[in-house]
Amino acid sequence: MSTATPVSPRGTLGVDTPKGPAQILANRRGLAKLLLLAVVAAVVVPLLSAKYGAAWPHALTVDVSGPLDKTSSWIIDNRDSHWLFVYFLGHLSNAVVLSVRGVYLLLLALGWTGVTAGVTLLAWRVAGWRIALTALLSFVVSGLLGMWVPTMQTLALMVVAVVVSVAVGALLGLAAGLSDRLFRILRPVLDTMQVLPAFAYLLPVVLVFGIGVPAALLATVIYAAPPMARLTALGLRGADAGVLEASASLGATGRQRLLTARLPLARKELLLGVNQTIMMALSMAVIASVIGAAGLGDRVYQALASVDVGAALAAAIPIVLLAIVMDRTTAAAGEKIGADTSAAGPAFLRGWRAWTGVAVVTAALALLGRLSGSLVWPTGWAVDIAHPVNDFKEWMVNHLYSGVPVVGGTADWAAHFTNWVLNPLRDGLTALPWYGTLLLVAALAWLIGTWRTALTAVLAMAAIGVLGVWKPSMNTLSQVLAALVVTLVLGFAIGILAAGSKRLEAILRPVLDVMQTMPQFVYLIPVVALFAVGRAPAAAAAVVYALPAVIRITTQGLRQVDPAAMESARSLGATRWQILRQVQLPLARPALLLAVNQGVVLVLAVVIIGGLVGGGALGYDVVTGLATGDLGLGLVAGVAIVCLGLMLDRVTQPTERRTTGKGA
Amino acid sequence: MSRTRTRTLAKLIGTSAVAGAVLLSLSGCGKADMTKQGSPFAAAKGSKSVTLSVQTWVGAQSNVAVAKYLLEHQLGYHVDTVQVDEIPAWDALSQGRVDAILEDWGHPDQEQRYVKDKKTITAAGGNGVTGHIGWYVPKYWADKHPEVTNWKNLNKVAQQLRTSESGNKGQLMDGSPSYVTNDKALVKNLNLNYEVVFAGSEAAQITQIQQFAKQKKPFLTYWYEPQWLFNQVPMVEVKLPKYTDACAAKGTKDPTSIDCAYPTTPLQKFFNTEFAKHGGSAAAFLKKFSWTKDDQNEVSESIASSGLSADEAAKRWVDKHPDVWKKWLPKK
Repeated sequence: MSTATPVSPRGTLGVDTPKGPAQILANRRGLAKLLLLAVVAAVVVPLLSAKYGAAWPHALTVDVSGPLDKTSSWIIDNRDSHWLFVYFLGHLSNAVVLSVRGVYLLLLALGWTGVTAGVTLLAWRVAGWRIALTALLSFVVSGLLGMWVPTMQTLALMVVAVVVSVAVGALLGLAAGLSDRLFRILRPVLDTMQVLPAFAYLLPVVLVFGIGVPAALLATVIYAAPPMARLTALGLRGADAGVLEASASLGATGRQRLLTARLPLARKELLLGVNQTIMMALSMAVIASVIGAAGLGDRVYQALASVDVGAALAAAIPIVLLAIVMDRTTAAAGEKIGADTSAAGPAFLRGWRAWTGVAVVTAALALLGRLSGSLVWPTGWAVDIAHPVNDFKEWMVNHLYSGVPVVGGTADWAAHFTNWVLNPLRDGLTALPWYGTLLLVAALAWLIGTWRTALTAVLAMAAIGVLGVWKPSMNTLSQVLAALVVTLVLGFAIGILAAGSKRLEAILRPVLDVMQTMPQFVYLIPVVALFAVGRAPAAAAAVVYALPAVIRITTQGLRQVDPAAMESARSLGATRWQILRQVQLPLARPALLLAVNQGVVLVLAVVIIGGLVGGGALGYDVVTGLATGDLGLGLVAGVAIVCLGLMLDRVTQPTERRTTGKGA
Repeated sequence: MSRTRTRTLAKLIGTSAVAGAVLLSLSGCGKADMTKQGSPFAAAKGSKSVTLSVQTWVGAQSNVAVAKYLLEHQLGYHVDTVQVDEIPAWDALSQGRVDAILEDWGHPDQEQRYVKDKKTITAAGGNGVTGHIGWYVPKYWADKHPEVTNWKNLNKVAQQLRTSESGNKGQLMDGSPSYVTNDKALVKNLNLNYEVVFAGSEAAQITQIQQFAKQKKPFLTYWYEPQWLFNQVPMVEVKLPKYTDACAAKGTKDPTSIDCAYPTTPLQKFFNTEFAKHGGSAAAFLKKFSWTKDDQNEVSESIASSGLSADEAAKRWVDKHPDVWKKWLPKK
């Protein structure tokens, strides 16, 4: 979305940098690291291979399924009697039910006229008439699609989830922003949580809270609060020291300084945090339909059972529209506040009259809707899109699946991709002795980062072995790598084209928005219909999901290359291709690295969805664990995915940490 | 400076503690048994309400669609549905988040725990349909090669069933991980040259079967009856070694040792115990709910291939078969 990481290439080097001394030194340092590793390897590898062999040694695994199953039984048996549940978690769950119900009843009471008017006017006040129009349109569309009630359910869930996530995140961020020690403790935790795939959160909360809204909401909060906490802490820490000193010298107390100087200075980060939290909460609210979250996600999920893409799409469109409206509104609020306050201030802050107007108009329209007799969208005004969509899908599948002249059908591509890319990669990774894999990971992570990142990466990999899921993990890793390569090739190519043409970028923007916010469940059926069951459709789903972020970051990175450097290259008579290859790409290197890193994280996030279309391996295990309540299987596979994510993140992590979320 | 900072922090923690306490007091003091809490979306219109569990397959959706339609139009209830997988559904049923499951394919572990030990779930009899799991091949293939309907000949045709996922073995396609399956053990114990490929979800499996059928390609798949897809893609069951009680007993002890076919299961209904006792006419109605495989398939077919909404499909069936459902209504 529009929050995709702003990337600033650090330093603008000259056009033709010969190998500067710093670079040579860097190269030497890399060489030294490799040499050191090689020495370690020469000593350790023969010992390990003699003792354990190439497959992950059985002696080094720990079977955790027994204790996990016992825990799960204990929870089920004690859920209605133990004090922990009855006096603490029970209240938590009850509070969730009560507040979601309260919001839901309020929305229903406002009726469709009231809700539509209220949100539209709110968007107008905060973000201008364009976004207000989008808001109006999206509510009308969700009504027309016959999705009014599920939309209200999702909205109620979202309102509560976002309020709680923002509150929890802001509190954590405030604490971390004020205390150095807390910051040091929290930072790695929050960093790690950014890499976790959403599905990994579901299993533990289901176990404790059972299926239903409380579990879904808590999973959403756990998923969506970290970006708020990170950005709050960053904003507070980044406050201008001069301003703080000035306010301290005026005799402000700690609290006054916090309220009058530090928080206002961090406004921009705070709003970015809210924006990120909303986007992540929405994507999770859909995934959480697997554990009974109801609402739009549930409609998508139910449509899947009868293999009905059209019905799934009808529920998915309101989700996409909601996401775009929420994103644009909060982003616009952020820009407004970040802009010159004195100019934007009066209209925005002193507009209490306007706000009263908003409230009055909303109330009036709500009343009007009530008098006209229908609180939910009138059923007569519904449009059926399921049939045309399904017909289109049928047509596409019939004509593309196989036997297309010259290029071959999609099923043939999928078979080639599986046979020539996925299979060799999987077999290679599985055949590689485990210590070889660990060394490779160490070398890569150390070259690109510090010894700390290398250590984290190696420990994460070792944890996978210890949990006894080495083989499926290598299978998953091969799928992730293959999907990543496809994503990067496509993403860089499209990104370069878009950076060169404003028009293409403008055309791409809504397409990318839709790709990023479309619930992944919706494209499950089309990918299977096109690529047959197996690992190829899983890879296709991953590419669709990860591509937008890669394209965006690439385009932005290339755009921000110093125009002076390009101008001087052009004046030296370089062709367009030469400028791209020798000036733009090298200068945009940090952005490209960031794109790789984001690509990895996003591709990994789809592994579990891949398990639903025949991806097998870890994704399938997590799905099985969720479906059969097998905590041992599901949790171990989930942890393994997390470990893979940590390792891949560290291996691809540019030295500078990224500051925004998963690009959702 | 550091003192004020600590104080600010302390205040912060104090405030959040207070906020937490307020949140908790919101839900009332004392005990809060979350196993007794319903869905926030239930009964929003303030009427009598029932929550039914819908499983992912269409047959189960048909039961629920018809039950829902009749409960709403004949008995004046508001019906909420929740879609969850089978085993989590048992858990939800025991907690009362769901009032009834209308089609269960046999979960002895869960039955032992919730029905016999904890008594939070009550058995409510069969729904009239008999379920059967097995291995199936498409009819167009079986007509040409009748020998493939016996497991002993499967190895001879393994090469025809190769896909890029199964490598140089034949592909036996399995579906959703939540379904009961012994296929890995069967392939191993019967020495079949096959690889079990998990489609991962029923949606993926159905899509793949339809795709194969369009091209008249041979395939071998785990499948079950009753299922609407048979109307679209006729399939023939492959004979596996006969199911015996001895084999089943061996299988319960060690699931990897199973070497015989799947049993035939009369599908069961289960109620939350509270609901069974105090569910009024809804419980009485659901207790009597029982129909045939053909009835169920008729509704499933209109949901899944004619593209009707569950509610429309139910209405169509209800209009056509009053003789069946009139018997389910409680006597006034």
